[in-house]
Amino acid sequence: MEQSGWSQMGDVAIRLENVTKSFDGASGAAVDNLSLDIENGSIIALLGPSGCGKTTTLRMINRLIEPTSGKIEINGVDVMSQSPQELRRGIGYVIQQVGLFPHRTIASNIATVPKMLGWDKSRSAERVEELTTLVGLDHEMLDRYPDELSGGQQQRVGVARALAADPPVLLMDEPFGAVDPIVRGRLQDELLALQTQVSKTIVLVTHDVDEALRVADKIALMNVGGVIEQLATPDELMRAPANDFVRSFVGEDRGLRRLALNAVSALRFHQGPVVSADATFDEAEHAMALEGSDWLGITIDEIFAGWARADDVRAARANGTELRDVERFEPIAQVEPTSTLRAAMELIMSSNSSVAVINDGGRFGGVITLEDIRRALSSADIETADGTA
Amino acid sequence: MSSAPIPSLIAEATNPIIRWEWVVEEWDQVWDAIVEHLILTMLAMLMGLVVSAILAAIALRFRWTMTPITATTSLIYTLPSVALFALLAPVFGNLSRWTAVLPLAAYTLLILVTNIVAGFQAVPASVRDAADGMGMSPMRRVWSVDLPLAVPYILTGIRIAAVSTVGLVTVAAIIGQGGLGRLIFSGLRRAFWTPMTVGASLSIALALVIDALIILVGLWLVPWQRRRKAATR
Repeated sequence: MEQSGWSQMGDVAIRLENVTKSFDGASGAAVDNLSLDIENGSIIALLGPSGCGKTTTLRMINRLIEPTSGKIEINGVDVMSQSPQELRRGIGYVIQQVGLFPHRTIASNIATVPKMLGWDKSRSAERVEELTTLVGLDHEMLDRYPDELSGGQQQRVGVARALAADPPVLLMDEPFGAVDPIVRGRLQDELLALQTQVSKTIVLVTHDVDEALRVADKIALMNVGGVIEQLATPDELMRAPANDFVRSFVGEDRGLRRLALNAVSALRFHQGPVVSADATFDEAEHAMALEGSDWLGITIDEIFAGWARADDVRAARANGTELRDVERFEPIAQVEPTSTLRAAMELIMSSNSSVAVINDGGRFGGVITLEDIRRALSSADIETADGTA
Repeated sequence: MSSAPIPSLIAEATNPIIRWEWVVEEWDQVWDAIVEHLILTMLAMLMGLVVSAILAAIALRFRWTMTPITATTSLIYTLPSVALFALLAPVFGNLSRWTAVLPLAAYTLLILVTNIVAGFQAVPASVRDAADGMGMSPMRRVWSVDLPLAVPYILTGIRIAAVSTVGLVTVAAIIGQGGLGRLIFSGLRRAFWTPMTVGASLSIALALVIDALIILVGLWLVPWQRRRKAATR
């Protein structure tokens, strides 16, 4: 659209240079000499405990708070070089309490910035329709007032309103903090889906580790005074916490959290004790012996057909029946390459087995065992699920 | 109340609560009283609103002025109305409308200022933050966000002030103003009940009608609240 001239992904979209903010009457600086480069088209989470200056940092980007010293640039332009109003109309802003205008309809709320920018009515209306679809809202809501919507719907409107004039940068301050955990999870997924379409540079403030891990490409973990303790990808943060503060903030269960960040596809698949129904009994015995398994997996036309007991296989050999006629049991634990390792582990545990079958677009893709997952956790070099490592 | 039936019957026959022939005969006088009553009420309300808006703006802009403003308007409110009308009569003259309007307007200040300030303070901080964060200029925000959201509070203030002003206007009859109040007073003076009944019931009716009208205006001005009540699921 209009912003076609913006720089490509990988360039710096927002640059904070030695930014300091001291509030009158406060003992220390809220943000002390902070420098941070935020990549174009990425989602960065400013994560930290309350009072760490993450919200102050965010609000300095659109000048709701003026820095005491230092410099902030958006796409190479100093934010101080334009009026605050002009600057803010080019930056999407989403807050926890949403802050929809209660006296205006949803359509009018979404059209707030276009109206200020002087768009004509038909262009505004068209944009409102487009955004309503984009954030997954029912079009009949457009004539309603905010109080007639649920919390989750209101937050979608908040996002639509922030995106109305297609700003390259989106600032989000605890955007999903006021909704219940189930809706929060859904909104987070929607944000990620949305981001694949709009590719904004998103700065998201949160105190919720899981939220940061789930949505961010990079996490800046902040400590009191706006000190960045670690700037890393979610996986890196879990795998190699820089210091004790990071370690204690992300929690002792960071190993488990890493499981949620990585997909089954990050592991090297292996065949396991699985053979085709056309295989010979020798091959079947060999496959089981190799894995030390009491079960044999059988595939028919590359589709996993079920597990057979080793004893039944041997009995079939003695009786002279075919391998494909041995009694098979449906695999309970089946995962897909895109499933998280955590989901795979849960399935394996709850199915009371030690292995899950990977169903790769209908075909048998291999097996994954608890041992595979354990090894993945201890290794430093699994690929991250989102491929940004 | 006399226990003797006959004299009381006579009294009621000659001086009933209302004598309709009088109302028909003197309708011009009654109508003039209604119009004068309305004019006094509206002038007082308009003046009160303008002054209150200025005072409220000062109180909201400079927080420290809130206490002295509230203290002064409260003090005015406690002054007995009869005394205030009497005091102002020599200043403006008995025949000037302003002698009645000024005190009436002054009495509205406490209610109006308090409600206007409360209305603006009730605007959620998140709504203000969102407006600012989207690049709305401060003036635009006041007119298109803060003011509309304060309207329900302001209207409540106007309702209370208007109804009490309708009542107070009658008191202004002691200085020769006072619309329907003059009917009431003349009736009382002459122990002739009809004008008193007409004046009193019309001023009550006026108060109720004005109250209802403001409620209707509110429903029209604040559609989002009407819908919220409708949308109780």
